[in-house]
Amino acid sequence: MTNHIPAASLAAYTTGDPALDDTAVWTIEVHLENCPDCRAQLAAVAPEPLTALLDDVQVMIDRGVRTGPEPVRRRAWRRLAHRWAMWSLIPWLVTIVAAVLAAFALDRSFPERPSLVLLLAPVAPLAGMASAWSRRTDPGWEITAGTSRAGLELLLRRTAVILAVVLPPLALAGWRLGTTPALWLLPALTFTAATLLLGGRIGVVRAAAVLGGSWFLVVVAPALVTADMPALIEPSSTPGWVVAAVVGAALAIWRVDDHRRNA
Amino acid sequence: MVRMVTDTELRPSTTAWPVETEQLRVKAGRHLAVDGLDLRLGVGVHGLLGPNGAGKTTLMRALSTVERPSGGRLRLLGEDVTNGRALRPLRSRLGYLPQHFGFYPRFTVREYVEYVAWLREMPRADIPEAVQRAVERVGLTDRADSRLKALSGGMLRRVGIAQAIVNGPAVLLLDEPTVGLDPEQRVEFRTLLRELGQDSCVLVSTHLVEDVVAACSDVVLVDKGRLVWQGVPADLTRLGEQGGVGDSAAERGYSTLLANHRSAA
Ligand SMILES: [Zn+2]
Repeated sequence: MTNHIPAASLAAYTTGDPALDDTAVWTIEVHLENCPDCRAQLAAVAPEPLTALLDDVQVMIDRGVRTGPEPVRRRAWRRLAHRWAMWSLIPWLVTIVAAVLAAFALDRSFPERPSLVLLLAPVAPLAGMASAWSRRTDPGWEITAGTSRAGLELLLRRTAVILAVVLPPLALAGWRLGTTPALWLLPALTFTAATLLLGGRIGVVRAAAVLGGSWFLVVVAPALVTADMPALIEPSSTPGWVVAAVVGAALAIWRVDDHRRNA
Repeated sequence: MVRMVTDTELRPSTTAWPVETEQLRVKAGRHLAVDGLDLRLGVGVHGLLGPNGAGKTTLMRALSTVERPSGGRLRLLGEDVTNGRALRPLRSRLGYLPQHFGFYPRFTVREYVEYVAWLREMPRADIPEAVQRAVERVGLTDRADSRLKALSGGMLRRVGIAQAIVNGPAVLLLDEPTVGLDPEQRVEFRTLLRELGQDSCVLVSTHLVEDVVAACSDVVLVDKGRLVWQGVPADLTRLGEQGGVGDSAAERGYSTLLANHRSAA
């Protein structure tokens, strides 16, 4: 940037001299972009018709600025919500929260029966996860699915949102029922991790269906029929859930790249 | 305003063909909708023609990386799409308008285009200007802050085009972009297409032969998931002068090619 443009070259540039080839023009323009002195020089040597044209453009731009649309105020919170939340998830999340509250009410009325809150806790995040990545429930699925942030990143963002919505009512219900947090939190995290892990192989929607269905058939249905407390939600199974949650989370993180392949 | 050209933009393209398929097979449900397609597309505007059920939409979905190929090879900008690591950076250089443009009704036009720019990982600082430019190019400047649910079908189609071009994609895929546009908007859209085709590879799927003749530099004709013919629009028109079914020479050329292919098969 030490050498300024020679006056002759600048004059040739302003008149559009055909002797200047593309390389020379490019060199001059790159210099002009960064050098106010040469820009001032250019303005001084510009021929009359060009300055008149520039004046006209200036007037038009000023008029456009005065009469054109006002700049819009950016609403940062709306953008944040767009990037994290998914509007099609709302009905699911409302349903799950309502189910937790209903289970809590029933547990209060029938304390001798197996706790519905604890039976529901493992699969509470799964319905949201299934719908968050379903072609049917997300109207913009085809637009988002082929983008850079699709797959892994959006899945993790949406999982975080689902857990943030589902866990507080579970915590509240668990606390009011006097159960140890390990019995609702660890199963919920274990099943979420397992859905992510299996989802990398067979798709999140199918994984959520398989895991949620198995839990219902193997644990929930027998418990409801026999009214016996399943061993899996007894305090004695806490160490097992700790291991399951830790191993599940570790495996899900280890295999997280599986979601990149999924188109 | 002066904008410095970035290194990435100046880097020479190392790929001869932005889109390259070899014996590509893609399923639509259980049915093999693209069945052994060999195709090479360079920079320019390519019109994808074919009868209903020819596999056009399935091909577009595979090229946009929404649908995984079930066989053969698909390379976009020199990258194999089955390579998981390459997929993320590759996707930031693609643009796609699906046939059924699903959208979030509460978003405004600007918010929606901005959201897609973010999804395609544009640099943060470039997004507002790119969004404004995309909205201007499709002629929606005065509706930029309207909610999507308040827009007509033709306007929504234009929002769809804006979201597809916002990141300045090197490969742009438009599936039936002119549906719902009135004749004047179609003419404007053809001008936009020719502009976009100057430095990127644009593939436009359409059933309107006239759109292809007016705006495309290259015609790709497919039937039953395979390539039938590829050539310049003038050749299509020339073929049509020798007979065939249709209102225009290009349409007659199209029907002749299709009939010849089917009788040969
Ligand atoms: Zn200078």
